[in-house]
Amino acid sequence: MAIAAQPQMPRVWRAETKPHKFCPGCGHGIVLKALGEAIDALGIQERTIFGCDIGCSLLSWDFFNLDTVQTHHGRTTPVLVGIKRARPELVVVSYMGDGGAYAIGAQHLVSSAARNDLVTIIVVNNTVYAMTGGQMAPTTLPGQKTETTPYGRDAGLTGRPILGPELVAAIAPPGAYVARGSIANIVQLKNFIQKGLQNQVEGRGIAFIEALSSCPTNWHTNAAATWRFVEEEMTAYFPVREFRTPDEKPSSPLREVPPRGF
Amino acid sequence: MATRPVTGEQRAFMTGNEVVAWAALAAGADIMYGYPITPQNEIMHYWTRMAPKYERGFLQTEDEISAGFATVGGVLAGKRAFTATAGPGNVLMQEAMAMAEMMRLPTVVVVTQRGGPSTATVIYSQQELNLTCFGGNGEGLRIVYSPASHDELFLYTIKAFNSAWKYRFPTFVLGDGYQSKMREPVTIFAPEARGITMEPCHPMVGLPGLPGEERDPAHLRNTYNLEDELYEVLMDAINAYESVAPQVMEWDTYAVDDAELLIIAHGVVSRAARAAVVTLRERGCKAGYFRPVTLRPFPAEPLRPLADRARNLLVVESAYGQLKRHVQAGLYGIPTPVTGYLRPGMGITPEEIAQCALSLLKN
Repeated sequence: MAIAAQPQMPRVWRAETKPHKFCPGCGHGIVLKALGEAIDALGIQERTIFGCDIGCSLLSWDFFNLDTVQTHHGRTTPVLVGIKRARPELVVVSYMGDGGAYAIGAQHLVSSAARNDLVTIIVVNNTVYAMTGGQMAPTTLPGQKTETTPYGRDAGLTGRPILGPELVAAIAPPGAYVARGSIANIVQLKNFIQKGLQNQVEGRGIAFIEALSSCPTNWHTNAAATWRFVEEEMTAYFPVREFRTPDEKPSSPLREVPPRGF
Repeated sequence: MATRPVTGEQRAFMTGNEVVAWAALAAGADIMYGYPITPQNEIMHYWTRMAPKYERGFLQTEDEISAGFATVGGVLAGKRAFTATAGPGNVLMQEAMAMAEMMRLPTVVVVTQRGGPSTATVIYSQQELNLTCFGGNGEGLRIVYSPASHDELFLYTIKAFNSAWKYRFPTFVLGDGYQSKMREPVTIFAPEARGITMEPCHPMVGLPGLPGEERDPAHLRNTYNLEDELYEVLMDAINAYESVAPQVMEWDTYAVDDAELLIIAHGVVSRAARAAVVTLRERGCKAGYFRPVTLRPFPAEPLRPLADRARNLLVVESAYGQLKRHVQAGLYGIPTPVTGYLRPGMGITPEEIAQCALSLLKN
């Protein structure tokens, strides 16, 4: 009897905790698959530490055969920076949603980018606070309905969505890797994440990858509408591409000598 | 590269902040994460000058939230990591310390109390007792030492690393701004010169072996799905805390055997209290003093028989009843009246205490 082809799990996935805990149609599983494939490709399982935030991302606390720590909302990057500073031989992955990255943990993101911390940050952007029931997030699109913007996000009152990779790209010194991928293109997303991990392994600087993702549970969308939102609405506002690569030349010369008199 | 910052014992004349930096070096602290706030700053200043000479690390973070969580990361990685803060910084630090409490992480925090609430003064108080003992959304499963002199600041900073790693509860050295800025003679020492063995550190992540094949991965979390699941974890921690509490508890007494008036104070105020007892004894008053050295766990058991025998208890503190509440809770059921000499944010002299005691005895 012919056996139907089974999709391959990345080697670093922990089979005992599958099927995973995310809702049907959630993008987290796809992002974590891309991350798993990237870790497999680089052969860094034994020295990679995975940190996850609060929100839906915390459901990944037992996802991998990786030493893992689940932290507080927005605080995953400082914990992993603490680990990296104490044990530079480890590879640290900071995994969170857009609320953790751009709202409650924004000061950590900005400061890690400015310091060019050797950490690989992966932000899953689904335009809502999903675990708490679908409130407005820093990334909610203008006009988008959420539980706290029931008549649609009014950009005049609540501002416009934060562009995370653009923000990090503007702050981070040379050596940084910054990209935005999407669950709609898993091969490209895996490549972005792999480059981001490689950047840390080579000690070049911070790596920041945002992944456009889906939340049909809180969007109240069917499959077709979910994909349309990810591929058309989100992509129109959040361009999918690389923003910074570590081999680029800085646009203006950086002052590297101490100021006179010090 | 020098590896031993202190050999044997050395006499010195230095500020409390300098003492803390030397103690952390002598204890073998691997890395400090810090954010500027007065009166703690010179701990970082001395650490950043000395640490590179002994291959120790430092990271100045973007705020105390980050300093607290980076310290959590440092201990997860298996290193003697610490931070220092005060006042509003101590408030921000509580989020990370709640995580340390939930996950039994051996963080060490040196607190140099300043006036409160809010920004208040950068100088001095004993108003961070409640916050340091019970901050965070939990049960206060912490170890809190309250040193009274520079010699003790040195000793208890070393001890904080050992207690943290031995018992696996977040550990605090609760100093204050007076201690931070004051110079006094102190003997600094290498732990082994006093027979102190440093408790070994173990990594909780980044363990040897391929996870999932040669060993199970470390999956560390502080989130639980159900009441029962959380209850089980919490009761394990609470039982562990209660079982080690008698070993951890420390206190000091002076002239208590026949004391009719028992003065209770902690930290630098206990030095004034002890001096006041000497004065009162010279005047024929049967005074004694009791000083909790650990504020968590609070040494209520050794205090109870002394309090029971006394006719009056006088709690003296640079806060409005934070220590007094601890004392009264610990002495529940003992009828001896408790009076407070409560001076939030103010220094307290032996003369004030003696005068207060004499007027108490007259009534």
